[in-house]
Amino acid sequence: MKEEVKLMKGNEAIAHAAVRYGCDGYFGYPITPQSEVLETLEALMPWETTGMVVLQAESEVASINMVYGGASTGKAVMTSSSSPGISLMQEGLSYIAAGELPALVVNVMRGGPGLGTIQPSQSDYFQATKGGGHGDYHYIVLAPSTVQEMADFVGLGFDLAFKYRTPAMLLADGVVGQMMEKVVLPEPRSRRTPEQIAEQCPWAVTGDPTGRKRNVLTTLELESDKMEVNNHRLQATYRRIEENEVRYQEYFMEDAEVVFVAFGSIARICLKAIEDAREQGIKVGLIRPITLWPFPTKRITELASKAKGFMVVELNAGQMVQDVRLAVEGKAPVYHYGRMGGVIPNPQEVFDATVSHFPFLKK
Amino acid sequence: MKAEDIKRSENKVYCRPELLNDTNMHYCPGCSHGVVHKLVAEVIKEMNQENNAIGVAPVGCAVFAYNYIDIDWIEAAHGRAPAVATGAKRLNPERLVFTYQGDGDLAAIGTAETIHAANRGENIAIIFINNAIYGMTGGQMAPTTLIGQKTATTPYGRRVDLNGHPLKISNLLAELEGTCYVTRQTVHTPAAVRKAKAAIRKAFENSLAGLGTSVVEVVGTCNSGWKLTPDQANKWMEQNMLPFYPLGDLKNNSAK
Repeated sequence: MKEEVKLMKGNEAIAHAAVRYGCDGYFGYPITPQSEVLETLEALMPWETTGMVVLQAESEVASINMVYGGASTGKAVMTSSSSPGISLMQEGLSYIAAGELPALVVNVMRGGPGLGTIQPSQSDYFQATKGGGHGDYHYIVLAPSTVQEMADFVGLGFDLAFKYRTPAMLLADGVVGQMMEKVVLPEPRSRRTPEQIAEQCPWAVTGDPTGRKRNVLTTLELESDKMEVNNHRLQATYRRIEENEVRYQEYFMEDAEVVFVAFGSIARICLKAIEDAREQGIKVGLIRPITLWPFPTKRITELASKAKGFMVVELNAGQMVQDVRLAVEGKAPVYHYGRMGGVIPNPQEVFDATVSHFPFLKK
Repeated sequence: MKAEDIKRSENKVYCRPELLNDTNMHYCPGCSHGVVHKLVAEVIKEMNQENNAIGVAPVGCAVFAYNYIDIDWIEAAHGRAPAVATGAKRLNPERLVFTYQGDGDLAAIGTAETIHAANRGENIAIIFINNAIYGMTGGQMAPTTLIGQKTATTPYGRRVDLNGHPLKISNLLAELEGTCYVTRQTVHTPAAVRKAKAAIRKAFENSLAGLGTSVVEVVGTCNSGWKLTPDQANKWMEQNMLPFYPLGDLKNNSAK
């Protein structure tokens, strides 16, 4: 069958990909710059075709708890929001992580803090990769940089979420959410049947305990010894994820003297700066983390022993750069160039900032 | 006459409900929760819903409801039970989905989730225990605490100028188009227990019939929080709670 190429926004691609994945339910609340996810789903009316539930909730607090309720029953459920709304979801995310529930959360980041701006940003990196809510937990964080990845990572996020019984977050920024690009949507899949859910998710609170012990989904444990066992179980899952699910992409790395590290939309601007530099024979390369958690720590440690330095470029005040520094272990200088408030630098600005730290790059 | 002569099935007039687990309850003696748990367990069994029910437990004294009633449960974050129930019910529309919440959970921290779930007419039942106090955390003021009532955070009595008014949230919920049945009951006498049980059954039947949201408020006692004996607590409730929270149906568009 010939691939069907569409032109659409990243946010729209998420909606289409969710229906095609066989997502069972979406619960969300409007917020710029991601409202097209909910709008597109309402226009697609998937309840008429796949049976997918779409509901506009009264708040992000309610949305994430509807996700918690739906995910508890073994269904593939998701929500989407942008930074201030994701802050409101932190309580629910902590419960979903503690409950070892699969769920997909999309954050199309805008600038903060506070109400901030509706323009793009990457300033929720800390919140996304370090837990965000209360307690020791992580979830898988995927960082798309194209509309195609917005579509592809919906399915990947759900698959990983179910594989490890953990939430997954698609951490995009306003650029990737709003821009239009060519995209090939994933092949439609059927929603899982109740029988498949009972078989694949024996923990699910389906309401019908026939043939099994009743299921109780609780995150409460008042006995310290037992609670620590629960904590250890979560941590063991995180170690398995760190071992198996690190994803990144490298560009022009074979002989790179200075290594750029960037994710999402700004990685593409870095890549353009690198391509321009390469035309002048300047040896720079890029590593683009696709999973922000788990972070490609090992790979960056390897690179640190041969590169002359690292240039971390982010749409924030310097967040991922801390993980890069931990990975580099002091073996090479690590510099940061960040823009905030929704400002997006052009490739020349990125390159000039880089040369200011690494003058030997200047031709 | 020997005991064995009496312990015959034809003489049996009462037993532990089948769905009530044989485990010690953490509730204080005299607390209304135990009675309401028993009623919920009985109604689910009598309606043959034990393999078709999802309970959503709150944060508060009833946080361990899932330990006592032998069905599938989800334990929600504080106040979020109606949102959790919405997600569970929308994705499993054939199931009996109900929440069991206290006054702080339902009428303070979870007010938004309560009102909007009810206003959407989610086909869920809400069992709401109103004992005018936060029991689990040690007796602090609840949204439903009466004026003048002493609690750990109103040690000289609740004052309107400092603490505002007690919230009659069931009256508010009865005004919403999405609710089909809102009733206020209590369980401090055998007759009241029978009425409360009938109300819970009606709420569950409404949910399965898809008529909208049903709310059964049970005005209950918290004798340890109120610093009264169980008997004194019943009398205090009759004299103080029931005049402010009068019993009866606030709305009844139930299935016939």
